[in-house]
Amino acid sequence: MELYLYLALFAPLAGSLFAALFGASPRIKIAGIVPSFLLFVSFLSSTVLLSYILSGGEAVHVEMMTWMATGNLYIPFGFVVDQVSVTMMMVVTLVSTVVHIYSIGYMDHDKGFNRFFSYLSAFVFSMMVLVMSDNFAGLFIGWEGVGLCSWLLIGFWYHKESATWAANEAFIMNRIADLGMLIGIFLVYWNTGTLQYNQAFAAMPNLDKEILTWMGIFLFIGAMGKSAQFPLHTWLADAMEGPTPVSALIHAATMVTAGVYLVVRANPLFDLIPNVGLFIASLGAFVALFAASMALVNRDMKRIIAYSTLSQLGYMFVAAGLGAYWVALFHLMAHAFFKALLFLGAGNVMHAMHDELDPFKMGGLRKAMKWTFIMMTLASVALAGIYPFAGFFSKDLILEVAFVENHYIIYSVLLFTAGLTAFYSFRLVALIFHGEERYKLFGIHPHEAYKFMLIAMSPLLILAVIAGSMKMTYFEMIVNLLPNHEYHIHSHLTFWIMTIGTQLFVIAAIAFAYKKYANSNVKVPDGTSKIENCLYYKVLSNQYYIPYAYEEYLVKPYRELSSVLWRHVDMKVVDATVDGIANIIYTTGEKTRDMQSGNLSTMLKWMVAGTVGLLSLAVVFGLAVRYSGEIKLFLSGLGVQ
Amino acid sequence: MEIGLNHYLVLSTILFAIGLIGVMRRKNLLLLFFATEILLNSVNIAFAAISHYYGDLTGQMFAFFVIAIAASEVAVGLGLLIVWHKRHGNIDLDYMSTMKG
Repeated sequence: MELYLYLALFAPLAGSLFAALFGASPRIKIAGIVPSFLLFVSFLSSTVLLSYILSGGEAVHVEMMTWMATGNLYIPFGFVVDQVSVTMMMVVTLVSTVVHIYSIGYMDHDKGFNRFFSYLSAFVFSMMVLVMSDNFAGLFIGWEGVGLCSWLLIGFWYHKESATWAANEAFIMNRIADLGMLIGIFLVYWNTGTLQYNQAFAAMPNLDKEILTWMGIFLFIGAMGKSAQFPLHTWLADAMEGPTPVSALIHAATMVTAGVYLVVRANPLFDLIPNVGLFIASLGAFVALFAASMALVNRDMKRIIAYSTLSQLGYMFVAAGLGAYWVALFHLMAHAFFKALLFLGAGNVMHAMHDELDPFKMGGLRKAMKWTFIMMTLASVALAGIYPFAGFFSKDLILEVAFVENHYIIYSVLLFTAGLTAFYSFRLVALIFHGEERYKLFGIHPHEAYKFMLIAMSPLLILAVIAGSMKMTYFEMIVNLLPNHEYHIHSHLTFWIMTIGTQLFVIAAIAFAYKKYANSNVKVPDGTSKIENCLYYKVLSNQYYIPYAYEEYLVKPYRELSSVLWRHVDMKVVDATVDGIANIIYTTGEKTRDMQSGNLSTMLKWMVAGTVGLLSLAVVFGLAVRYSGEIKLFLSGLGVQ
Repeated sequence: MEIGLNHYLVLSTILFAIGLIGVMRRKNLLLLFFATEILLNSVNIAFAAISHYYGDLTGQMFAFFVIAIAASEVAVGLGLLIVWHKRHGNIDLDYMSTMKG
């Protein structure tokens, strides 16, 4: 099994290095095909590992080599494949294989084709390190690695000002959170003396509650950054500047779920501190609603899906915070499938519409793009949580968790959000695929994507449809590692009322979206209609003015402060010191240059002076050493130490 | 009065000081050589005296080395001096300033 573990881990790295060989050369197909193939190998190895774990095998644990060993600190490059990490590995390798193959078509005309695959495979490798590491240090390496690759890929089109800006924003926001994460890891090390998961978690029940709380809080701050939870959420929507396959892989399916993975992985810690768990759940519920509300009015196709991702991450955190770790992981998995599918579909639409992102300028595309239409509709149905699609099983389960745990406020917030989710998803579908063909006004001739791209997407489609049926198998596997909570609503009647009620509510929201946006009256908004001028529309479409507030109250004062410090501290203190030292040396040289008069007589005089100086120093020190005892005695008599 | 080590050392010091002053003050290259000879010989006196005082021959041997070095140095130096004098017609140190930086 170790062979498969290494294969799964290092195949993406090999792919990345292979593509990097062609980094500077013009577009070459093989730079895309080989990494895709290697990822497929990685996927197959993960599948082998999954079937091994499913058949009841022991977790595979290897220690590749020692990384650091100093004193009591011992950190190996260790990897573990257990029920949790194998789930993540499956999700990561499957989605990334699909996205890689899809990208061969999507990036077909891009100059940076080879570079793109190099970055994308490097991302997958980092993500694999993140999920497979058996200690916090390895997790952190992967954590930073995915951050770096995310930065590279968001800013992939680096000649665009907005793309570089978004890349930097994502990177800086993540650095803020990573500081919290790092403090959390230090706390773990200081208090347990180890960074290995199993040893650290075994030592935790004996620790002080307060320390555990701080640990949980700081680790969760790290998770908040990566998973874009409020108030560090603004980067995710801006990250949509990157190529769409990147959004599908990194900013929907895998990297942003790393925060959820961290909380799930640290479940023994979070089980000990239910208060922090409740906070996580409340924040998750808030973000679910908050993000969904922003998606309601947005006019950027990719941003709508990004907000939806944010909202679903909120759901996952609710489950993880309430101790239903396996539910969180299950929703993570299901969400990865349908959200990646949705993004890839959006990529097809973008290509057809020549990078137009405003769904109001599309309409009626279902004739031109039949398969994309079917895929995006089914993905949206899965996202909305209609029976029997994947979202129904995973999302309803989270609602049930909230209900069974008696957190009725969280439950109602999530239920309401489920309605919003259905509404904005189908608002998007209706605007893109139904109604009048508004794109004709802009002289665009849409075309369906390449066949092989559609075929590459089909595994995601199948999984988005059937993932729910794997629930019980998955449950039986995962409870070997995670707390075994089955969430059953005690009375059958309540259960049926809730399920059917939720379904009806969601279907009503879908119907409303269709009614409002699938008819022929939809016009391209020009900022004059009544709804566009009302207050809440403005608040929502400006994302609650949060980016504006950050710019105004954080970025600008910070820039001011920096400029003041630059002018007064940096220039007048730091620079002045450095320049001063240089100046002293320079002037000394300038002044003493006269010594080098070239006159032998003068130089001999200096020589004698130097000899006399050195000799007298030698005499003085010689005397001082000889009479050191007396000198000390004398000094102590004067009151000096 | 018996002549002891101290007398030799005092003589040596006086000669060294004279030589040093000569090195600093003289403008004539030939006299500069004289001054350096005085310096070297003052050291030789000290070597020989101390060597005799301790009954160790190393010092006297060292004095011979110094004499040999001084002789060769003067030989080379005087050769250069004569060439210089042929070229420039003087041996005044103040005119030898081609080393000026």
